Amino acid sequence: MSKRKPYERELPTDWWLKHAFYTKYMIREGSSILITLYSLILAWGVFRLSQGPEAWQAWLDCLTHPLSILLHLAVLVLALYHTITWFSLAPKAADLWIKGKKLEDKPIVIGHYVALAITTIVALIIVAAY
Amino acid sequence: MSHSQHTEPKRSHEPIFWGLFGAGGMLTAFLTPVMVLVTGILVPLGLMSPEALSYERIHDFATTWYGAAVLFVLIALPLWHTLHRIYHGLHDIGIHRGRDIQQVVSYGFAFAVSVFVFTLLLQMF
Amino acid sequence: MAETLIDIDILRYRPEEDDAPHLQTYQIPFDDEMSILEALQYIKDELDSTVSFRWSCRMAICGSCGMMVNGEPKLGCKVFLRDYFPNKITLEPLANFPIERDLVVVMDDFIEKLESIKPYIIPAQEKSIDDGEYIQTPEQMAKYKQFSMCINCGLCYAACPQYALNKEFTGPAALSLLARYNRDSRDAGGAERMKIVNAEEGVWGCTFVGYCSKVCPKGVDPAAAIQLFKVESAKDYLIAMFKPD
Repeated sequence: MSKRKPYERELPTDWWLKHAFYTKYMIREGSSILITLYSLILAWGVFRLSQGPEAWQAWLDCLTHPLSILLHLAVLVLALYHTITWFSLAPKAADLWIKGKKLEDKPIVIGHYVALAITTIVALIIVAAY
Repeated sequence: MSHSQHTEPKRSHEPIFWGLFGAGGMLTAFLTPVMVLVTGILVPLGLMSPEALSYERIHDFATTWYGAAVLFVLIALPLWHTLHRIYHGLHDIGIHRGRDIQQVVSYGFAFAVSVFVFTLLLQMF
Repeated sequence: MAETLIDIDILRYRPEEDDAPHLQTYQIPFDDEMSILEALQYIKDELDSTVSFRWSCRMAICGSCGMMVNGEPKLGCKVFLRDYFPNKITLEPLANFPIERDLVVVMDDFIEKLESIKPYIIPAQEKSIDDGEYIQTPEQMAKYKQFSMCINCGLCYAACPQYALNKEFTGPAALSLLARYNRDSRDAGGAERMKIVNAEEGVWGCTFVGYCSKVCPKGVDPAAAIQLFKVESAKDYLIAMFKPD
């Protein structure tokens, strides 16, 4: 008779707290919660815009509340974390070959940061050009 | 212990959601930081003139076809990214029951807000 | 002078007498050049002959001695006591696999998954030996070489929370192996294997944690293989939408 009795270990629900790599993954995924909230704030802004100047002004006034500033700072930090992780993983989805050699990760990542700098500056110029 | 490999694998519809997730993720990576900076920090703190977000300016922009399109994409597309992550995150934290309902609620939420914003922009025209 | 010692905890599980695994501590003389695998051999030879573990080549090519070292998937022969000294070292069987005995795990599911992706060249037409060899340029080989370096050690499955959460997921090594064949210029089995890729249990079971690529002792990048397949699978999906077969 077989003495075999394979033991199955349970995955703890907090597995993502057991290793820094997993925790960072979860922060990356979790960043989406606050970014969702930010999209909802903007969607609400469109709603207030549609109601006229007073409603729009009230929405802008809400944004000056210290809690709102703190919230947006948190969103900014997590959005930047999303950006950093997104860029660092971008080369994995690229299969670019030049003269029989695979393009290195580094130029792809740097390219993304250059594009980020350009889009950010252009966006700021457009917004400030009133 | 053995998992049958004899049945023909079933094609997943994930590519649709993954496509939207990827597009939204790209947009979020490049533009969300500067958007948050302007609407949530610089203008509210007065570091940038309130003129940047004045009613006339934003309303004029939102009532052009390209302005409406830009606002729609900037607001709605990130939701298809974030709700995709939230849906998969629920599985990660061990909520395995009712995956179908979770999926409907997650993407349904992104869809509902998209329709909400789309309708508002349309009626402002 | 007193010998320098190091503590090693081993997760013991002997099915004939244990209901659940438990840690047992061993103390051995610290040696700067001793690998974890050699430490285990020391323990088995000198201290406790009942400790079970798998090993063969001692040089990171057979893929037998995968285990969790302080919670991280490692090859026992490729990490050294000095990497952890003076801290205690905890050895556990590879995560996400059932424990057979002590550090030995059941790898049946993993092997089945490797087999399921048809890990052999499927030529467009069978050629006889008289027809000569299949020609391949170095550039064509470069396209898949990285993915052919896998030694089937299972570290990437121990690193993958999605495999832990759903054992139906085809997983990193099998999908890398699939990439190895689909990217081979001599192979014509791509469409057949894409059916595996396209499934929920195929690449879509992956949420890009990325730890698989980090732990691979041979520099294979399963996360990249899967990510590239997601792009392929999305294209495949679009094509199938307009051209159902």
